[in-house]
Amino acid sequence: MKEFLLIFRMDAKNQGQPMSPEQLQAMMKPWQDWMGGIAAQNKLANPGNRLESEGRVVKPDNVVTNGPFVEIKEAVGGYIIVRAESIDEAAEISKGCPILHANGSVEVRELILMN
Amino acid sequence: MQQNELIPHLFRTEYRKIVSVLSKSIGFDYLETIEDIVSDTFLIAAETWGQKGIPNNPAGWIQTVAKNKTIDYLRRKNLFDNKVAVDITNENPQFTETDFDLSEKNILDSQLQMMFTICHPTISAESQIGLALNILCGFGAEEIADAFLTNKDTIYKRLTRAKEKLKSEKIKIEFPSKTEIAKRLENVLTTLYLLFSEGYYSTTQNSTLRKDFCLEAMRLNLMLVNYEKTNLPATNALLSLMCFHASRFDARMTSEGEIILMEDQDKTLWNRELISKGEYYLNQSSTGTKISKYHLEAGIAYWHTTSIDDKVKWENILQLYNKLLQIEYSPIAALNRTYALAKANNLLEAIKEAEKLQLNDFHLYHCLLGNFYRTINKKKAIDHYNKAFTISKSLAEKNLIRDEIKKLEF
Repeated sequence: MKEFLLIFRMDAKNQGQPMSPEQLQAMMKPWQDWMGGIAAQNKLANPGNRLESEGRVVKPDNVVTNGPFVEIKEAVGGYIIVRAESIDEAAEISKGCPILHANGSVEVRELILMN
Repeated sequence: MQQNELIPHLFRTEYRKIVSVLSKSIGFDYLETIEDIVSDTFLIAAETWGQKGIPNNPAGWIQTVAKNKTIDYLRRKNLFDNKVAVDITNENPQFTETDFDLSEKNILDSQLQMMFTICHPTISAESQIGLALNILCGFGAEEIADAFLTNKDTIYKRLTRAKEKLKSEKIKIEFPSKTEIAKRLENVLTTLYLLFSEGYYSTTQNSTLRKDFCLEAMRLNLMLVNYEKTNLPATNALLSLMCFHASRFDARMTSEGEIILMEDQDKTLWNRELISKGEYYLNQSSTGTKISKYHLEAGIAYWHTTSIDDKVKWENILQLYNKLLQIEYSPIAALNRTYALAKANNLLEAIKEAEKLQLNDFHLYHCLLGNFYRTINKKKAIDHYNKAFTISKSLAEKNLIRDEIKKLEF
């Protein structure tokens, strides 16, 4: 089995908006159901994390700017790591990702495992 | 209590106390001797009490006799070592008039320390359960073999090897250091969890024995809850889980040992007292930030005891299984999660998810699919139940599956 990083991207404007507990729960359910389904197949290598929308970009010569997403339409909102036989299978798993319903996308990248 | 009940009862409660205190005082090198002395003491008790009646303080009587026998043994051994075997190099410590501390505190400490010793990382998980049953619960090789559905010799060898290991590794009977206690406690809790499961799910026909295993696991867990250093959230969560499961003990099987599914159980047979204890320890466990698998499993067990609106209940169970699987995968959790998915979301989604699991060699996988297809494709349902029937090795389960097939063919 290989491991793949699934990176979730979506429009930064939709990120980090304050939510009521009910809204948060309603938002989390499809994610938990999707990840629970991957874990039930024993294919979830790492449940990953959601990311705060605020960020800093550090460039040479001590240049530090606020988050990259003003320019980029598709900012990274979170990631998980799955186990799969092939990149195609990992892509198949990604088709169930709730981010797709929010007009986002999933980037699938194989991990080069260091040993 | 009559004598014929009293002695087995005392054996369960006193055996580990005496073995723990004595082993701690004179070391694991004497473990077998100590076990013999304690067994011997109970034989004497059975004889003497039969003739002279039961003493006022039976537990104290047992402790004193075992203590005196040990002192006698050590005197004789000292005599032998000093006078007879003086030329033989003797690495063992010399015992002078040893007295043993039988105070309540030392008895409790010794048992707790013994738990940590048995669950030492150098001992294999399988042996840890064996040792726990043997040293901490006073079960013999034959009873353990009965529960594990294996023969007595296998267990006897396993125990002997594990005891040799305790000696050769010179593992001391003591509490782990403060920094290590939380980590080592994980091992202890795992062993108690397995000990309880062994009793709860064992396929042995001996139902009294099974119940005893569960009760012992609960007793040991309670000791950890009552001890400040080990009274951590996970310890309470595990005890809560055990209480919820144990509350269904009398409802889950017929008197012939046939399994009754939870939805068919007579809920009036559920033990309310244990359910409220489960709730109490679940509340106690909800401090700190770390959610252990015991928290999640106790949460699931809690929801199963409620009769609140089905959708709410199954949605909660589903989310708990989603989290549980992310902490630790197990085929049974995967199946249960999919069942909850069918109840909380819908059947078609659950079937789609179930077919991704591909646990084709697992009979319960086919039972689940059989159950899902019941209403929408009878032929498929029967096919799956037939597969489950072929794979299952338990008679009780086969009967249950056969009943399901009959219902479908009707």
